[in-house]
Amino acid sequence: MSTSVTEVLENVPERKVPGHRAVEAFFYDNRIVRNFGIATVFWGIAGMLIGVLIAFQLANPAMNMGTEYTTFGRIRPLHTNAVIFAFVGNAIFMGVYYSLQRLCKARMYSDVLSKINFWGWQLIILAAVITLPLGFTTTKEYAELEWPIDIAITLVWVVFGWNMFGTIARRRERHLYVAIWFYIATFLTVAVLHTVNSYELPVSFMKSYSGYAGVQDALVQWWYGHNAVAFFLTTPFLGLMYYFLPKAANRPVYSYRLSIIHFWSLIFIYIWAGPHHLLYTALPDWAQSLGTAFSVMLLAPSWGGMINGLLTLRGGWDKVREEPILKFMVVAITAYGMATFEGPLLSLKNVNAIGHFTDWIIAHVHVGALGWNGFLTFAMLYWLFPRLYNTTLFSKKLANAHFWLGTLGILFYAIPLYWAGFTQGLMWRQFNAEGMLQYPNFLETVMQIIPMYYMRAVGGVLYLSGVFLMVFNLYKTAKSGVLVSNEAAVAPPMASIEEAGNRHWHSWIEKRPTQLAILATVAILIGGLVEFIPAFVIKSNVPTIASVKPYSSLELQGRDVYIKEGCVSCHTQMVRPFRSETERYGEYSKAGEFVYDHPFLWGSKRTGPDLHREGSKYPHSWHYHHMLDPTSMSPGSIMPPYPWLFEKDIDMSTTEPKLKAMQKLGVPYSDADIAKGNEELLKQANQITAQLQKEGLEIKPEREIVALIAYLQRLGTDIKVKEEQK
Amino acid sequence: MYKNVLQNIAGIDIYPLISLSIFFLFFIGLLLYVTLLDKKHVDAMSQVPCTGDEEQEQTRGGSNG
Repeated sequence: MSTSVTEVLENVPERKVPGHRAVEAFFYDNRIVRNFGIATVFWGIAGMLIGVLIAFQLANPAMNMGTEYTTFGRIRPLHTNAVIFAFVGNAIFMGVYYSLQRLCKARMYSDVLSKINFWGWQLIILAAVITLPLGFTTTKEYAELEWPIDIAITLVWVVFGWNMFGTIARRRERHLYVAIWFYIATFLTVAVLHTVNSYELPVSFMKSYSGYAGVQDALVQWWYGHNAVAFFLTTPFLGLMYYFLPKAANRPVYSYRLSIIHFWSLIFIYIWAGPHHLLYTALPDWAQSLGTAFSVMLLAPSWGGMINGLLTLRGGWDKVREEPILKFMVVAITAYGMATFEGPLLSLKNVNAIGHFTDWIIAHVHVGALGWNGFLTFAMLYWLFPRLYNTTLFSKKLANAHFWLGTLGILFYAIPLYWAGFTQGLMWRQFNAEGMLQYPNFLETVMQIIPMYYMRAVGGVLYLSGVFLMVFNLYKTAKSGVLVSNEAAVAPPMASIEEAGNRHWHSWIEKRPTQLAILATVAILIGGLVEFIPAFVIKSNVPTIASVKPYSSLELQGRDVYIKEGCVSCHTQMVRPFRSETERYGEYSKAGEFVYDHPFLWGSKRTGPDLHREGSKYPHSWHYHHMLDPTSMSPGSIMPPYPWLFEKDIDMSTTEPKLKAMQKLGVPYSDADIAKGNEELLKQANQITAQLQKEGLEIKPEREIVALIAYLQRLGTDIKVKEEQK
Repeated sequence: MYKNVLQNIAGIDIYPLISLSIFFLFFIGLLLYVTLLDKKHVDAMSQVPCTGDEEQEQTRGGSNG
């Protein structure tokens, strides 16, 4: 729209409000919304392409393409980060920057801050795209980026908050609509989560060790991981739902009261549920039970929100037939309902025992990501682009085709993976009549589900092809209009608190963003503190084991190779206390075994077998051959080969700083240990190479593979040693 | 194991009571807050996203996207 402010004002000379306050003219910033929109689409395609690639890698290891930079372990975190922080992150900013301005009846506080937010966020994503394939990772899921990038994230997030609160402070609408509450909670909680979980000690530029160890690191990580889902993928999108759904359906939300209950109970309960990611692990029982109890409770607010969303369309379902935007929204809200039903279900210990570590979890998160986040984002894009360009959508037919391709894609993705998850989960636990494991070879359970992996990849391709249709549609839409960079608007200035009506004591909080922010922070802190304080303060929560000793310098370097290659993406280090697991892997894992693990490497998915009792299970030569060509030792294995480990040397200049950092974190290395770090490293490496030589395998002791073998051979042996001594 | 852990905390008895009270007060307070909300106010609030850009909707080329 090309209307100027004066024209707008001339057209509304009589628009006075009670209290005789003249209207003010101003402009909404649409360019920033459009820019975030383009970034959403761009990174969405990038993230989904990598998703399709890694899906094919699981079905056919040749797709790893033989280089370290394209191998599953390194690019799987690139996929998750790109989809969560680049695709969904930009979509959040797009939706918030559009709706916040309208809900506050004010332009964003500062155009400069908006630009810093935009370009800062894109640079962070670019840094992730470069560093993750290079192997710079903390391994903590959805927080893999190394410390300099963590600092950049903090700064850009603060800029976003500053801009948001500035806009709220300058608003012309006294009352804060519920969507803004969700935005405020998102900003605050993500800030708290990111700060607490990124507590790490830098060793060098792009390398750090987590400040927490073992059980405590796991508790903090999954408090973070779970709440990243809650406060990055859920609460901002609920705020967006409460704005864009009424807009698209052209009717107010079904129950505003319900949305208030939805908000407070969701943020109050969500924060407690993290430990459900650690059921049957070495985490203390009481924390596991807390996680389960709160996860079950979460069903109520989640479904309250879903029902509120769906009922908003009451009497308007005829529109859903015709309007692809509403179709996307209905499936998105339904997917939210399904994922939030499944979450509590999977948090029950008996269900979790089967589902955890399997593809069931991958199916579960993708119902949320593809259905809830993806479809709501597409709906917003289809709704916004015609408005930003003051035109109509180029083709509803194409949008409909996108909808059906996307829906089919979700089904083709999720159903085979549910099947794969159940199949593998049950096969792991199956005993035969003699009381032995029915499928003692882990690989048997993998080969069984490879057809499902292929179907899942096809589902991903379908979903992605729908996105390409959207890109074409949005491009043609933009071409047919002109960007309304600054959209003229008028509104009376904000009424004072008295004028806005102080009669209702209960509506006071809607006028006070500061108090709302404080209360929301209190609500989210309670859960975190109740779980953390006992776990950190009470020593008996992590019973120490005398025979558990720190890693040798070579093992520590090997552990960093394990971290760099992302082995944790496919291998757990957590034997749960089930007979089916102790039969397969050995003694179950104890909390005291991980006290020197900065960071913990328990993992969350078993695409390959657990490795916690891998130490001294096979000779060095087995690992040597297996890392060079996994199929030589395990025919049919889908693990990629790692030939570069046989060519690259350990960076020995890092040994001392690494040992020093560990010492600072409380690992009992003496100064002498640190001084002799490289000497001891070579001594142990020579022992391994001598052993390999006996079997006719020549390798220099400085090679990375030697360190990795040393680490793998150490895994879980502290307790074995103790048993042998008895 | 968790029983041993819990028994080692001095004055543990008060914690279940505190948690129960926090939850009871939180949710009762929330329900009271919501049920006592003024109907007119609730209606006005739920209309917030639907107001403000009618003019744009009218001038935009054609019907909703």
